[in-house]
Amino acid sequence: MAINQISIFVENKEGKLVTITDSIANAGIDIRALSVADTQDFGIFRLIVTDPEKAKTALESSGCFVSITKVVGVSIPDEPGSLAKIVNILARYNINIEYMYAFIAVSKKEASVVLRVADNEAAEKILVENGIKLLKEEDIVSM
Amino acid sequence: MSKKYFQPEQETMPLEDIRKIQDEKLVSQVRHVYENVPYYRDLMDKKGVRPEDIKGVDDLHKLPFIKKDDLREAYPYGLLATDLKNCVRIHSTSGTTGKRVVAFYTQNDVDMWEECCARAIVAAGGDNGDVCQVAYGYGLFTGGAGLHGGSHKVGCLTLPMSSGNTDRQIQFMMDLNATILCCTPSYAAYIGETLKEKGIKPEDNKLKAGIFGAEPWTEEMRHDIEKSLGIKAYDIYGLTEISGPGVAFECEEQKGMHINEDHFIAEIINPETGEPLPIGEKGELVFTSLDKEAFPLLRYRTRDICVLSREKCSCGRTFVRMTKPLGRSDDMMIIRGVNVFPSQIESVLLNSGYAPNYQIIVDRVNNTDTFDINVEMKEEDFSDIPTGITNKEKALQSAMKAMLGINPKIHLVAPKSIARSEGKAVRVIDKRKRLGINI
Repeated sequence: MAINQISIFVENKEGKLVTITDSIANAGIDIRALSVADTQDFGIFRLIVTDPEKAKTALESSGCFVSITKVVGVSIPDEPGSLAKIVNILARYNINIEYMYAFIAVSKKEASVVLRVADNEAAEKILVENGIKLLKEEDIVSM
Repeated sequence: MSKKYFQPEQETMPLEDIRKIQDEKLVSQVRHVYENVPYYRDLMDKKGVRPEDIKGVDDLHKLPFIKKDDLREAYPYGLLATDLKNCVRIHSTSGTTGKRVVAFYTQNDVDMWEECCARAIVAAGGDNGDVCQVAYGYGLFTGGAGLHGGSHKVGCLTLPMSSGNTDRQIQFMMDLNATILCCTPSYAAYIGETLKEKGIKPEDNKLKAGIFGAEPWTEEMRHDIEKSLGIKAYDIYGLTEISGPGVAFECEEQKGMHINEDHFIAEIINPETGEPLPIGEKGELVFTSLDKEAFPLLRYRTRDICVLSREKCSCGRTFVRMTKPLGRSDDMMIIRGVNVFPSQIESVLLNSGYAPNYQIIVDRVNNTDTFDINVEMKEEDFSDIPTGITNKEKALQSAMKAMLGINPKIHLVAPKSIARSEGKAVRVIDKRKRLGINI
């Protein structure tokens, strides 16, 4: 049930960001969330978009090095304590979080959290068993 | 008191005598090699040349060349010309791919080589009252061993520092009153800067001369080093395959290096055709070892491009002079004093599971060479997490260090991102050329 995140390898060179954002814009794709992990030489851009396959194709035709990474998405109430709750659940079950980031949807009083873990299915099972709502691809489109 | 020459009889003998010695030694060396080195005997047989056909230097051109690739193929014992039990040492240098070159020495070979280095030290004004700091690397590399031995033969107090540990170099230099410094030119420049940082002025040190080599350096660098250390800086040339440093050395004129012609015959050839060129023309330097017993090479192509000159030298030495190497006729680079071939890098990439899509970028920053290699990732190498990529870079760096002896900075880049002009990628970008360094 994992959601599809676009991961782009971006060399620390002029013009790379322009190419990426132009390419997504020209394909008419909406970005829901953006996160960057960077080193001195390169960055990994992680995007949650409304149409991951279309975005991948568009980015590849512009010469980008892209991959689709399956990540866990959860939907939690946008209020204090929400994030602590799911982090505690995962810690209790020794699920290591490789990285995570969050975004909110203006339409509802909800926040979405994206989690990269080693075993998506195991993590999702534990979250669901503990009453956490998972994000689906359709949710991302309709936000 | 300063002697002018280490071996005056040899260093100032008339040209006819040099020629006579070379003629005699060549005849017996060719016989020695033909009888003892099947690898070279085969080369001679294929060319239809017998030892009797070589009566002197005029017949040298009849002999086949020997190249770095032959040395790699013959590793380790294929070019040995004497019993192993007569050999007392090896030295080694990098081969074009994985196999290194191993050079063997009998005691006579070592003595001859050390005498050549002694000639260089005396030409730089050294004698047995000097304190000679040898900061070339000791070990398989011939730099340390050669100047160490030469220093002993001159009778200097020898400081066997090897390279590195600059604080200690300076401590001993000042406390033990070193008068001659032997190291690579870039290390000399670095020592100069460090002395300045420590507030030690050129007039405070006791150095009078430096003997620098193992990598290309410009007249500008010479001038800078002379100023920062307060010395006269002399060039020295050599290669492991022929002995080590000391094959040629600069005198007080500092206008080219005298080749020890009683031990080596130097030729200049057209690198494309192999045709010998007259003195004064630019071409590839080829050496024939006249005295070596264990590992004698006949007509070894050095791949160094230079010009020879028989113009009379005011130092009184009659040996022919060579310019500094003006470039290479192959793709070898010298980075931080170490020989590096692109083919070595390719072989590491292939063995590590990468395609050989790479680019080498070399530059010089603060008098030290920088060495970066960009390597294209394959699709499968993509990692969503930076450490996934940086760990791969570290692994590749280790593999490169094991092969080359120095650490490049590895940068994994996107597939197809290395510029290709007309289908062929530019493999080497050597930015040091902008500084006038002839690599």
